Amino acid sequence: MNNLIILPIIIPIIVGMIMVIFRKNIKLQRFLSVLSTIAISISTLLLITQIHTKGIQTLHLGGWEAPFGVSMVADMFSAILILVTSIVSLCCLLFAFHSIGKEREANYFYPLFLFLITGVNGSFITGDIFNLFVCFEVMLVSSYVLISLGGTRNQLSESIKYILINIISSFLFLVAIAFLYAMTGTLNFAHLSIRVAEVGQEGLMTTVAILFLIVFSLKAGLFLFFWLPGSYSAPPTAISAIFAALLTKVGIYAIIRVFTLVFYHEPEVTHLFIGILAAVTMLLGAIGAVAFWDIKRILTYNVIVGVGFILAGVASYTTEGMTGSLFYLIHDMVVKALIFLLGGTIIHLTGTSKLKEISGLIRLHPGLGWMFFIAALSLSGIPPLSGFLGKIFITEGTFERGYLWLGGVGLFTSLLVLYSIMKIFMNVFWGYTDLTEENEKGTTKGLMLPIGILTIITIALGLGAEGIHDYVDIAVEGLMNPSLYIEAVLGGNLGH
Amino acid sequence: METLMSILVGILFAIGVYLILTKTLLRIILGTSILGHGVNLLIITMGGLKKGGPPLLGIKNLTYADSLPQALLLTAIVINFATTALFLVLSYRAYKVLGTDDTEQLRGIKNE
Repeated sequence: MNNLIILPIIIPIIVGMIMVIFRKNIKLQRFLSVLSTIAISISTLLLITQIHTKGIQTLHLGGWEAPFGVSMVADMFSAILILVTSIVSLCCLLFAFHSIGKEREANYFYPLFLFLITGVNGSFITGDIFNLFVCFEVMLVSSYVLISLGGTRNQLSESIKYILINIISSFLFLVAIAFLYAMTGTLNFAHLSIRVAEVGQEGLMTTVAILFLIVFSLKAGLFLFFWLPGSYSAPPTAISAIFAALLTKVGIYAIIRVFTLVFYHEPEVTHLFIGILAAVTMLLGAIGAVAFWDIKRILTYNVIVGVGFILAGVASYTTEGMTGSLFYLIHDMVVKALIFLLGGTIIHLTGTSKLKEISGLIRLHPGLGWMFFIAALSLSGIPPLSGFLGKIFITEGTFERGYLWLGGVGLFTSLLVLYSIMKIFMNVFWGYTDLTEENEKGTTKGLMLPIGILTIITIALGLGAEGIHDYVDIAVEGLMNPSLYIEAVLGGNLGH
Repeated sequence: METLMSILVGILFAIGVYLILTKTLLRIILGTSILGHGVNLLIITMGGLKKGGPPLLGIKNLTYADSLPQALLLTAIVINFATTALFLVLSYRAYKVLGTDDTEQLRGIKNE
């Protein structure tokens, strides 16, 4: 029992509800939102040190023991993700202060942002599959409102698609939960793991596993990503950055959790299937990224490539592959937020997202140009930046498992990603400078601080990989060895 | 009883999917709502339709009803209700701004 675990969920939800009362007081809302993300970071840091010394921490709400009550479980994997989430959301908030506009601020932008973080943190920390659904819905309903907040024509038509897709996938999620409950009679992850191991993962169980995979793929943008490019380019920059950094990652988290803890008995079927989907996702995403000449489109297709690459490591189901996936997941959350914020700043300055109408920005904004260059190298995994180590480990893992095609596709798409992002860099920052200080559409005042923080983090993650390797190893050990999780949650009363 | 319920769930799913595949936005929303009811019935069927007493202390019965699917169902109904309400409001707003509720015409709408 450890009450620290609940803090990442209740801090944002309580602060968000307080903010709803003070609708007019924007200054207070800004202050509270920054304060709460910092508070979550500090509490998660404490949690990480506790997990490091004492192992996986659990909290049984209301004192009901594990298979019967609602339990919250914080292992190293989820704690690291919550820490990265709060840092990234802090940067997106700082960016939003100067770019989101008075209208949206007055219409509950900050409360909705915090409710979104509540849902994300809740999904990371929950210990049973139905609460995963509930936290998904908390996150999704906030994202529905955030994506349509402001109500421009493009936002409205894209949000309808987005909501419809997500409602249908939520129903499929419930169907899968119903079948799983009928077969195992439990919903707790640890208990499910035991029950599935007892009955054996026969054909029907594998079918349910594939149904879960389809649901989470829809949320994560793995193969079923047709809704993603449109809806992620519709809202303002701060919102699309937080979407790119967090929403798909929650789907990836769910895939990793379910397929390492519950359905890990038939990796020849399920994990191979994930591998094929990952390869197709990477290829299609990279083709999309290369094809377009619009900053927002190129960036959203890069999100899709990232998803495929992380899950290639999961598909290999080796210690190396998992380590790589975790490193790359952390890197991807930071660098996707960074590159979206950079792209948004360029659009903010020039007033257009078409590459062919922009050129020579580096003369007026050298800082922005160099940070974009660093972000671009980091995104495609050039050493010594943060993407490199994850890329090495994932490729090693896939080769070790014998999936040469998967590793090969990953390396090939890295080149395409590098090309697509360098296309933005060369077109936007090089060439003849036709923009002057006077005819810029906006200023970079206040926008450079969050971008700078994220750039420093991506460099630090690359150079200081040795420092976090210890923690990532503990997380991977927990993922590859489900008995640790089961032991921590169920303790004495093992599965009866 | 379970068989009958399964058939009913199948019918509701079929109607829901049919409505979602039509063009009018309002029919699509009704389709998601009906699909939601089908899912709710599926959950209650999957828990097993036992005839038994309520699972409370002090009631002496040989069999008890499983209370967990009902708890799941309540949560699912509330969430379904909330998303349907939000979707209806959004579609009304979209109709006002975009001037159409035909999904065919909603394609390719960009910022002006």
